[in-house]
Amino acid sequence: MEIMSQKLLLSAKEIDIILHRLACQLIENHTNFDNTVLIGIQPRGTYLANRLQKILVDEYQLHNLNLGYLDITFYRDDFRRGEKPLEANKTDINFVVEDKRVVFIDDVLYTGRSIRAALTAVQSFGRPQEIELLTLIDRRFSRHLPIQPNYRGRQVDSINQEKVKVNWVENEGEDAVYLVSR
Amino acid sequence: MSELSVNHLLGIKYLTNEDINLIFETADHFKEVINRPIKKVPSLRDITIANLFFENSTRTRLSFELAEKRLSADVINFSAASSSVKKGETLIDTVNNILSMKVDMVVMRHPNPGAGVFLSKHVNASIVNAGDGAHEHPTQALLDSYSIREKLGEVKGKKVVIVGDILHSRVALSNIFALKLQGAEVKVCGPKTLIPKYIDKLGVTVETDLIKALEWCDVANMLRVQNERMEISYFPSTREYTQQFGVNKRLLDNLNKEIVIMHPGPINRGVEITSDVADSKQAIILDQVQNGVAVRMAVIYLLASKIKQ
Repeated sequence: MEIMSQKLLLSAKEIDIILHRLACQLIENHTNFDNTVLIGIQPRGTYLANRLQKILVDEYQLHNLNLGYLDITFYRDDFRRGEKPLEANKTDINFVVEDKRVVFIDDVLYTGRSIRAALTAVQSFGRPQEIELLTLIDRRFSRHLPIQPNYRGRQVDSINQEKVKVNWVENEGEDAVYLVSR
Repeated sequence: MSELSVNHLLGIKYLTNEDINLIFETADHFKEVINRPIKKVPSLRDITIANLFFENSTRTRLSFELAEKRLSADVINFSAASSSVKKGETLIDTVNNILSMKVDMVVMRHPNPGAGVFLSKHVNASIVNAGDGAHEHPTQALLDSYSIREKLGEVKGKKVVIVGDILHSRVALSNIFALKLQGAEVKVCGPKTLIPKYIDKLGVTVETDLIKALEWCDVANMLRVQNERMEISYFPSTREYTQQFGVNKRLLDNLNKEIVIMHPGPINRGVEITSDVADSKQAIILDQVQNGVAVRMAVIYLLASKIKQ
């Protein structure tokens, strides 16, 4: 067993404040979301997407939100390069993205390769007018590709041996973000 | 996700139930993909696949080719009718020549049972058996089970009768292996001359009365009489076969339940199944064809992920 230490980066309270800020920033740019669709990136981006949707619907009465989930497994650039086979998740997009303003939602932006895959994958559903990126944690200085978020929760400086772990009440029983080092 | 326990798909008898579940779960994702406006994913863009068909095929060859193209693999096709096989080249030589063009995977149909197993021992590529003589046709059995799972929720505990020419059918043998592995009950039904003598050793029961078999089952898989594999007469006439073992609408309407009708194609309308049955809502024949692409995508994807770079 490797010895791991973890440091709390964000508490439940801080996450709640950040989610509300991100929701407000989305409203600032998309007003009533008439022509906007939110897409959570599978698997971990869907929790964040659901939370933001809940805030937008419950607290800002935006009832006509389009929310979908996009799986990028078959579009990744590391097929056959890893130790383990890649695990696919469900894509659930029941609307067309043609001429829509798309907001990708993911929990951690690290190398940018997942978002690169998502940019390719979403083309299967049409040609969006524009694509933005919202991410809870932006691990800067670790990008492999020229991809930056439009909305970020918190910027984190971390070294490659460290891992950022985002926990959600729905899945792990608590809202928290940890920096795990081994 | 775990991975397949095998490096080749040579037959259902080499698979585990976990393998089948993994293939089906992966096929679910691909079924969603092939119903998108753009039906293609780039996963296998660095893989080249050779489709070697030493025996005629329409559906299976098109289905494999489509599956490969939807995964973005490069595809080369070969059919024995127009090849050097006619000039006397051996199977290993033919395949090694093709592999020296840097091919990663071979999908092969061959008239000789065991051709895939033989090839897997002698050449360095992933082999997918697309039918070897009267032995196995694993992707057909997988898509049949996948279609049952889609229609009835699960395969386990379901009663399936396979009707017709069991003796010459690789579809029957692969289906028996696949269905038993998943915990279904299997019966075979047909003229005694077309049922192998010791088939009960595979854990299936034999019924020669079609009506009894239909009353028992949830699913009837109707096979074609393979006249091209018969050197002698196994039954007096096609008309008599149809009278005893052909399914028609009247027969189905007289049952006290609605059973699912399957057929691996090609159909001989009016022989093993009448047109009104083949085109009825009870028949899932065209669903089987659609599922065939998704299941073959899953098989190819999972095998390709085991090819080392």
